Amino acid sequence: MVPQNEFIQRDRAQHPPALTPDYKTSVLRSPRLPLWSLQNSLSEVTGPLFRLKELGPLDHDLILNYAKTGEPIGERTIVHGRVLDGNGRGVPNTLVEVWQANAGGRYRHQNDTYLAPIDPNFGGCGRMITDQEGYYAFRTVKPGAYPFRNHVNSWRPAHIHFSLFGSGFAQRLITQMYFEGDPLIPIDSILGTIPDPAARQRLVAPLDLNAAIPIDSLAYRFDIVLRGTRSTVFENKLQGN
Amino acid sequence: MNGKLDYLAETPSQTAGPYVHIGLIPQQAGFEIFENPLGNVITGRNTPGERICIEGRVLDGLGAPCRDVLVELWQANAAGRYNHPADQQMDKPLDPEFRGWGRTGTAFDTGLYQFDTIKPGPVVGRRGYKPMAPHVNIWLAARGINIGLATRMYFADETALNEQDPVLRMIEPAVRRQTLLARREQRDGTNVYVFDIHLQGEQETVFFDV
Repeated sequence: MVPQNEFIQRDRAQHPPALTPDYKTSVLRSPRLPLWSLQNSLSEVTGPLFRLKELGPLDHDLILNYAKTGEPIGERTIVHGRVLDGNGRGVPNTLVEVWQANAGGRYRHQNDTYLAPIDPNFGGCGRMITDQEGYYAFRTVKPGAYPFRNHVNSWRPAHIHFSLFGSGFAQRLITQMYFEGDPLIPIDSILGTIPDPAARQRLVAPLDLNAAIPIDSLAYRFDIVLRGTRSTVFENKLQGN
Repeated sequence: MNGKLDYLAETPSQTAGPYVHIGLIPQQAGFEIFENPLGNVITGRNTPGERICIEGRVLDGLGAPCRDVLVELWQANAAGRYNHPADQQMDKPLDPEFRGWGRTGTAFDTGLYQFDTIKPGPVVGRRGYKPMAPHVNIWLAARGINIGLATRMYFADETALNEQDPVLRMIEPAVRRQTLLARREQRDGTNVYVFDIHLQGEQETVFFDV
């Protein structure tokens, strides 16, 4: 059975290749043989679906979802945008998960030993389900830059990790969002794994003053595009798309 | 002048990094935050099907286990139907309680990942409605992996169905098909399927561009 909503082939030129020696950890973790191209079956066009009622009321509020003795320290920030597919349609009811360092650049993780302190009131993760138009929004504090062991003096620009599902498992995507104007962006070895400068630029969220809340929070806008579905005009339906 | 197509380019992938656990499996990062963590339990008590454990390691190019890998699993139910509206195999029962998806991380000490699940049934294939052999879809993300890796795990003891599987049959040289077969072991009365994933090297696992 040829699935009706199979995905358009992934344009690998938009993505980093597996092997990117300037990001050293990729050297031993990159497959060296070509990927086997697989036309979509039900195994690829289906994928897990999530319901709003599976999430808690504060799951999308990183300022409050781990607050213990007060609120976390940092620049109060809203991040919002739409999840679209390659056909330009909003992706509704899809799970968006985010995680990040605290305002000092430290992660709440047993393997992170950076000397910046843990914030007792900041967990650093959140999740939400897009609405009918594919919109999502969450509130957080802006993460700090931090050093990592790549070159002697490698620093990550401030960033937020995003995990996305879409409607089929072949749309699964993990990426990172950066903040407009960060001077570390041009020298980052991770963002630099993406060969196309225009593609890199699409991970840099612009300041969105119109979405800021006066006297409260700044805002950044980050739209995310997942793979689109292929038209099947001539295969099984005359009405087209 | 040519017309212009208005497809949008996919958002570029970036590595999940070493702290992927915070967002996706916070209990492994070392804290509890969400009332309802997603993905650690795949089956309910009454999920029909043969109970199995899937276990393995993710090995780097030197054969060392990677101990910070996110492993996700997506599978059909015991009848061979996915819990998703695109699966229109109406002749097969659907168990609404069984999503068919799970996630875990390879352990920080041993590097092992483990799933307790049920064995999926054969799902209709793309061509000629021939069934695909039972398999689970696996997706990996980690530090050093720039874009998530998709593979499939098949069951080595399903020899006859595997020989007819349209995906396995396509892979050349044929010896590489072995990299997708999990070997069955009995352990304390549990059926364990052992599936090591090799990111590179002589036994590099077949990864798919899906």
